[in-house]
Amino acid sequence: MTARDRTIRIIGPLSIVAIWQIAVSTRLLNPGLFPPPSEIAANFVAYAGSGELATNAAWTLSRILIGLLIGGIPGTLIGLAMGMNGAVRAYFGPIIALLYPIPKIAILPLFYFIFGTGEPAKWAAVAVGVFFLMAINTEAGVRQIELIYLDVARAYRLRPVTVFLRVLLPGALPNIYAGLKLSIGIAIVLAVAAEYQLTRTGLGFAIFNAQQLLDVDRLYAALVAVSLLGLMLSALLDALESVVLPWRAHRSAPSPTVL
Amino acid sequence: MASIVVEHLTKRYSTGTLALDDVNFELADGEFVAVVGPSGCGKSTLLRIMAGLDAATEGRVVVEGGARPNELPSATVFQEASLFPWMRVDANVAVAFDSLNVPAREVNARVANVLALVGLADNARAWPHELSGGMKQRAAVARAFVTDPAILFMDEPFGALDEQTRVGLANELMRLWERSPKSVVFVTHGIEEAITVADRVVVMSTRPGTIKEIVPITFPRPRDAVAIRGEAAFAEHVVRIWELLR
Repeated sequence: MTARDRTIRIIGPLSIVAIWQIAVSTRLLNPGLFPPPSEIAANFVAYAGSGELATNAAWTLSRILIGLLIGGIPGTLIGLAMGMNGAVRAYFGPIIALLYPIPKIAILPLFYFIFGTGEPAKWAAVAVGVFFLMAINTEAGVRQIELIYLDVARAYRLRPVTVFLRVLLPGALPNIYAGLKLSIGIAIVLAVAAEYQLTRTGLGFAIFNAQQLLDVDRLYAALVAVSLLGLMLSALLDALESVVLPWRAHRSAPSPTVL
Repeated sequence: MASIVVEHLTKRYSTGTLALDDVNFELADGEFVAVVGPSGCGKSTLLRIMAGLDAATEGRVVVEGGARPNELPSATVFQEASLFPWMRVDANVAVAFDSLNVPAREVNARVANVLALVGLADNARAWPHELSGGMKQRAAVARAFVTDPAILFMDEPFGALDEQTRVGLANELMRLWERSPKSVVFVTHGIEEAITVADRVVVMSTRPGTIKEIVPITFPRPRDAVAIRGEAAFAEHVVRIWELLR
């Protein structure tokens, strides 16, 4: 990334904030519904200082991370099996194609019926969303491995465990990692959505609670917290990418501006 | 050391295309045989069947002698970039020992030794994408030689490289082969390259792939890939093989 692009990345969000601020101060936007960014920031700092946001964010984060594990591990394993074996692919392919399009938010009530109002219902909601993304991306990752690498594995009589751990897994890893990045997004959406009902913790609860109290300030503070949580998680994954995929570290050169 | 007998080898694809039709030839112990022919003549298919990567429709490949205990029966060098992008150069070479029971210390020593022989001692810890095309193929050749198998299959190993690099690598390959002799099947579309490296050149014709003639190349060894081109016999071989391919 060039210095110019780095600057543009910072200017982008700031320009929206500036336009918003101007629109509110010139009464183009209703400050009752759209408080000026300066006020949102001040409120956010106040709520963050009280510890309320941090506690709620910690609850949401725990649901995201546990859901990622519960959904991501089986999703990755089934994706690997589908990528390696035609029969497994034939079995799971149609099942995933049928279930994946169902909006996960629509089946939240089902999780409350099954798991009650405790944590497992929220973990399940996140896990289901993550499961499909990981299974689909991992399968694609295995199947896009170039056949030449499998020829090498056979020509040099690599043991099956080596083929799995040192050919198929690293070959699929870039797609698995891309699936993980997508999963972070869906995990945040589902964790917050699951916190709307039957709970008194989490950023989703904070948003729902602010809505009921018509407290626009707290609503925005919670929204900012959700946004920052997502930014933090994806920044973490970006930073870890060169550790997890070191052979691609030098490939992440900026794609040139074509037009 | 091993010799190979190819008997009545026929390969018909599921589409019905006859890729190889009754191919017969013998490869003596320690012999260097090149296979040339127009593209689509089945020379790569022949090599893949001999290397155990594809199945023949009819006929068989018999290896006499073959692998000593704890040794790979053969190694294969491919045309394309066949190094695993996610392994450093030394790991890509060491992976050839995967199915063999060789202590890690000895593996490391032999990997370092073969990388020095192909001029990649300073690149052992590099990622494949950091190497030039010629260096990648040197590493692939190192992977084939590191376990010192009795048979070496090479499928257009230098086909994607520029002419200067090809001639240089042909020389290096001959030096390695003289140090640790083995039976080699070398598929190439380069007629001059085939004459340079081989004891015999198998000339194939296309549709269906059959052996048209086997041309003995009697230049003494060690050969030099550049000097050999000045010999009158070299030009005669080139013309002879061109005539066969016409």
